[in-house]
Amino acid sequence: MDVSKKKVLEQTALRIRKAVIEGTYHAKSGHPGGSLSIADVLAYLYFCEMNVDAAHPDNPNRDRFVLSKGHCAPALYGALALKGFFDESEIQSLRHIGAMLQGHPCMTSTPGVDMSTGSLGQGVSAAVGMALAAKFDGKDYRTYAILGDGEIEEGQVWEAAMFAAHKKLDNLCIVVDNNNLQIDGSLEEVNSPYPIPEKFEAFGWNVIVIDAHDFDQIEEAFTAARACTGKPTAIIQKSVKGKGVSFMENQANWHGSAPNAEQYEQAMNELNSALSAMKEG
Amino acid sequence: MSEIIKKATRDGYGAALVELAESKPNLVVLDADLAAATKTGAFKKAYPDRFFDCGIAEGNMMGIAAGLASTGKIVFASSFAMFAAGRAFEQVRNSIGYPHLNVKIGATHGGISVGEDGATHQCCEDFALMRSIPGMVILNPADAVEARHAVFAAAAWDGPVYLRFGRLAVPVIFDDSYHFEIGKSVRLTEGNDVTIIATGLMVNEALIAAEALKSENIFARVINMATIKPLDKQAVIDAAVETGAIVTAEEHSIFGGLGSAVAEVVCEEKPVPVVRVGVEDTFGKSGPAAELLKLYGLSSENIIKKAKEAIFKKESM
Repeated sequence: MDVSKKKVLEQTALRIRKAVIEGTYHAKSGHPGGSLSIADVLAYLYFCEMNVDAAHPDNPNRDRFVLSKGHCAPALYGALALKGFFDESEIQSLRHIGAMLQGHPCMTSTPGVDMSTGSLGQGVSAAVGMALAAKFDGKDYRTYAILGDGEIEEGQVWEAAMFAAHKKLDNLCIVVDNNNLQIDGSLEEVNSPYPIPEKFEAFGWNVIVIDAHDFDQIEEAFTAARACTGKPTAIIQKSVKGKGVSFMENQANWHGSAPNAEQYEQAMNELNSALSAMKEG
Repeated sequence: MSEIIKKATRDGYGAALVELAESKPNLVVLDADLAAATKTGAFKKAYPDRFFDCGIAEGNMMGIAAGLASTGKIVFASSFAMFAAGRAFEQVRNSIGYPHLNVKIGATHGGISVGEDGATHQCCEDFALMRSIPGMVILNPADAVEARHAVFAAAAWDGPVYLRFGRLAVPVIFDDSYHFEIGKSVRLTEGNDVTIIATGLMVNEALIAAEALKSENIFARVINMATIKPLDKQAVIDAAVETGAIVTAEEHSIFGGLGSAVAEVVCEEKPVPVVRVGVEDTFGKSGPAAELLKLYGLSSENIIKKAKEAIFKKESM
């Protein structure tokens, strides 16, 4: 990836992270940890990979995106706002009464949201349905979904994985955000789904393991997914929960709690300094 | 009297899907390894490219249905009522109901008349579950003719619809001139002593009961309530006002189904005695369907008894 492209993506990811902090702070609730770990992949999906246009959110030929780990909506909203689906000021009303931005993605209230999600394990099935529809209609749009690593403890994920491989849905690409932390602790402590790549391989998927915060690897993975035929692709991205905010990194307790005023200041300072450093550099 | 023709409502469902397919090219059918039993097999044979077997994974099937519907398909997703409404309840609620997607849940083998398979497969809770989902339409046809109409109406409806069909062959009571409309009940007999509001295979039992009551000079109004939700409230209120006593009859738990829906309207709008015929607070068991129906009180005899009870309550008020 050329340097200038990477720089733009890194800035975009920082802006998504700022939206995560902004949204959860004003909502006084939400899920910053897992939202921060998917900021980079969302930046790549919305600004490099996917064919989506805020001016035509219902274009039947658009690529589809399903946030199966729906609790990380603040990151998705950040990406959608930056992409122009709605005004960035909406972020501050996240989770408020009457707000367009619900606590979990709602396709009937938010432009750009392709599927309502939040109950873990369900979004991926809908993504499979979308990919199946593309094959049925002879359309070449692709469908993407992001799942949590804890989410794959849900049996429905494997029902969906079995079906997608059975139907050879090579137009489907899922990302498993492997930050290794779920609400009650680490994956190993709670109910280990490891080894993850082998499980998807056994289900007949094309599997790619990457560093979630390295845009070169992200680009290579999505390029390889496009090139793969006859199989759906699972990108297992090794990520850092809370990535980009020092005191949130690798802390399970930042899964579902919002920053207070002081923490908000610190987080925004860190993200703003990173942005400024990038602009100067 | 002409010979009684019997046909299961699931047969009406399967045939209607095939009939609809040509005029609705965006209609697709999903099943969960039960195509022979749910009768979607006929569609599978006629339109193999538009049929997707999801295997024994009902939760995933409902999610796939949601994804397909989000791209503009009319999706019929089929399984037994127990698994469609029961096992996949939360997928139906969150992936279909909440985004109000155009998925039609074709749930066969509803109720106790599943028969020999026994309690694990006898779903008497589906109305209660589906009624609690905002925006869900619930249709429960009384015979194969009405089943066909219900499928057509569901396909034309914008939004989620739960259709319940039975395994057992039941008398065909409507002819080709029958008119079906979602949310509108049909008055089958006139009478002002008591109203029997019935649904599904209990409609025929209600007609038999009304005929028998006539010989005792009791004139019952029989209403076919094929739409459980949205309920035809006006018909219920009219029944309360004009007959003063109501019996409900359904092949479903007395909790949360038609009886509850009618009682809710009656209590709020025009309190009169409501007596419910349905499966009491118990699970089913194995046995021939006809015998089970009698055992659990899903019979004309029980409707007659309850009608008299309702009238007695009315007169005691």
